[in-house]
Amino acid sequence: MQFRRRDILAAAAILIMAQRSGRAEIIEGRAPWKPRAANPPKPAITDRFVFFTADEVRTVEAIVDRIIPPDPETPGGKDAGCATYIDNQLAGPYGSFEGLYTQGPFQNGTPQQGSQSSLTPAAQYRQGLADLNGYCKSKHGGKTFAQLPDETKDEVLGELEKGSVQLRDQDGKTFFKHIVKDTREGFFADPIYGGNRDMAGWKMIGFPGARYDYRDWVSRHNERYPYPPVSIQGRAGWTPGKA
Amino acid sequence: MARKLPHKDVVVVGLGWTGSILSYELAGAGLDVVAIERGPWRDTPTDFPPTYDQDELRYRIRHELFLRPAQTTFTFRNKMDQTALPIRNWGAFMPPNGVGGGGVHWNAETWRFLPSDFVLKTHSTERYGEKFIPHDCTVQDWGVTYDDLEPHYDQFEYLCGTSGSAGNLKGKIQEGGNPFEGPRSRPYPTPAQPQPFSHRLFGKAAAELGYKPFPQPSGNLSQAYTNPWGVKLGPCSYCGFCEWFGCGNYSKASPQTTVLPALILKTNFKAFDNSEVTRINIDSSRKRATGVTFVDTSGEEWEQPADLVILSAYTIFNVQLLLLSGIGEPYDPVKNDGVIGRNYTHQTISDVIGFFDKDNYIFNPFISSGAIGMCIDEFNGDNFDHGPLGFIGGGYMGQVQTNGRPIQLSENVAEGVPAWGAKWKQFIRDHYQSTVVPGTGVHASFNSYRDIYLDLDPTYKDRLGRPLLRITMDFHENELKMNAYLTDKFAEIIK
Repeated sequence: MQFRRRDILAAAAILIMAQRSGRAEIIEGRAPWKPRAANPPKPAITDRFVFFTADEVRTVEAIVDRIIPPDPETPGGKDAGCATYIDNQLAGPYGSFEGLYTQGPFQNGTPQQGSQSSLTPAAQYRQGLADLNGYCKSKHGGKTFAQLPDETKDEVLGELEKGSVQLRDQDGKTFFKHIVKDTREGFFADPIYGGNRDMAGWKMIGFPGARYDYRDWVSRHNERYPYPPVSIQGRAGWTPGKA
Repeated sequence: MARKLPHKDVVVVGLGWTGSILSYELAGAGLDVVAIERGPWRDTPTDFPPTYDQDELRYRIRHELFLRPAQTTFTFRNKMDQTALPIRNWGAFMPPNGVGGGGVHWNAETWRFLPSDFVLKTHSTERYGEKFIPHDCTVQDWGVTYDDLEPHYDQFEYLCGTSGSAGNLKGKIQEGGNPFEGPRSRPYPTPAQPQPFSHRLFGKAAAELGYKPFPQPSGNLSQAYTNPWGVKLGPCSYCGFCEWFGCGNYSKASPQTTVLPALILKTNFKAFDNSEVTRINIDSSRKRATGVTFVDTSGEEWEQPADLVILSAYTIFNVQLLLLSGIGEPYDPVKNDGVIGRNYTHQTISDVIGFFDKDNYIFNPFISSGAIGMCIDEFNGDNFDHGPLGFIGGGYMGQVQTNGRPIQLSENVAEGVPAWGAKWKQFIRDHYQSTVVPGTGVHASFNSYRDIYLDLDPTYKDRLGRPLLRITMDFHENELKMNAYLTDKFAEIIK
């Protein structure tokens, strides 16, 4: 049993995607429907990294693989594509604070007032990853995070989580929280965004994904739902020739 | 210089539930109506179709359907002696944006207030004595009663097609409904939704403890329905992407599925979208509104003269517009005078998460709807004796879990389980199917106080250079006591 109280305006760092660029219109006589006006999500770029440098990719892949480690049944964060997911997010509106309130003055507030940082997520990662590797090198004989054995990686992440790793211009604890949140999103968001590869996260827990109609199942109690997950993009088996 | 548009009988500011229903009624009465909406036109096939509506990241985590803080936000502080800071990105509370307003993303939990809620001040004073209400609590009677509003509750439920089980039909208590509700003149227009496993278990546990559980009244419909304005809704498919999402299925009551298709056909109605009202214009007597000024997306300013100006945006934006237009006397908490911005309230929410035996329970939490659930009303309003407890107010509670969406649910682990790593992964793998996360499990009241109010921020401005609205709000002792008491009661049932 666990108890949790949600205070209003909790400081969850939640950002926003660009919506369709609306121009003011006059609506009269009929709904303003136009063919092909829908705005489906853009598939992530998965054949290369678009934000991270090669060094950053090594570090991030090593981190996400400790936050969600591989096991015999389910891939870890790296093979599930969490780094690809975070890379695409940082290159997009999430990475740049698009749509957020960015007017000054910036000043520190209480936890109830939410994040007041002027550092965008893209800048947080760029600086934070460099700082983390600097910390590892100074403490572990010149080795970067990715070069450390798994147990030492976990120790370093534990130190970051506790707030004992000093970062420039940002709080290490908060940075770590963001990485954990972003990694989980990469593991459980629709595969269209580059993570949750082969729907590995959904298969692990039995979440059927983008299915839409459970009318036949609502009154079937304590019975495992038998169908495999589907993505917004469908399922590999539905489009022969495409993996 | 604003360009002047032709005069209208009515201008409606904000085309959500209130704006669309009033537009329909006033246009039906023969008046020329124009609605001005800050956000875009939204409709099912273009904005949330079932081909891609089931997207936790886009709609829940990144808040696709909500206002952009860059467009406008508000500043927040708990206490009057703190500096309010802007909400730069949304936390737990965020305003919607666009045609349909909050009616697009809501859960569609369709409750009525209790008869005693309308006369809380008089009722509490009579039952518990004058000193029982906290001294700085500014609660008042509404000025209208449940009986005054009953026909309108009825009309709204029949507009929405609300699914539920009546608990009190014209004063006669009905088995299986909420025995504490005020008398209703008719049954719900559609029967209650069937309950998934965990919701039914909660109902069973509550009944065993002697409570009277009932299905939550739901605007996610149990069956197809045609409303009195000829608009058709389909049956809910329990997709688990309801609140924070639009409905791709035409089965959640919203302006889009109940009003707009009928409204848009009226030749004496039109709407401007992506247009933000910046000011209510008043005449030289300062007693009469003459219309509004708004800006479109190109930054061009327009004046819309009208005989009647209806403010039907979200409450805090209505208050902001009144303050920016110099209408009414702004509330001053120190002098305790003025009206505009006084008595702001919100809600209290708490939750108890139940981790059940993974070998015996498969809940399929993804099979759900926004307003599904079994609830009890024993601890709502004044349905219980507050005398020995020393607080006023209350709330309903229930297993009202709306989804199995994994990004958010994977935050919930038992005490002692880390937030990451192999142990976290193993816990989530083992317990996803057997965990109960009610969400708004205890959904309760928040009374008004002298130091909880709205005014204009002295520092921060919106993109047009207008002061942001400042919210000063904190939980008071009464609310914390009430919430703790209710949460303990809720935990007993979950156990």
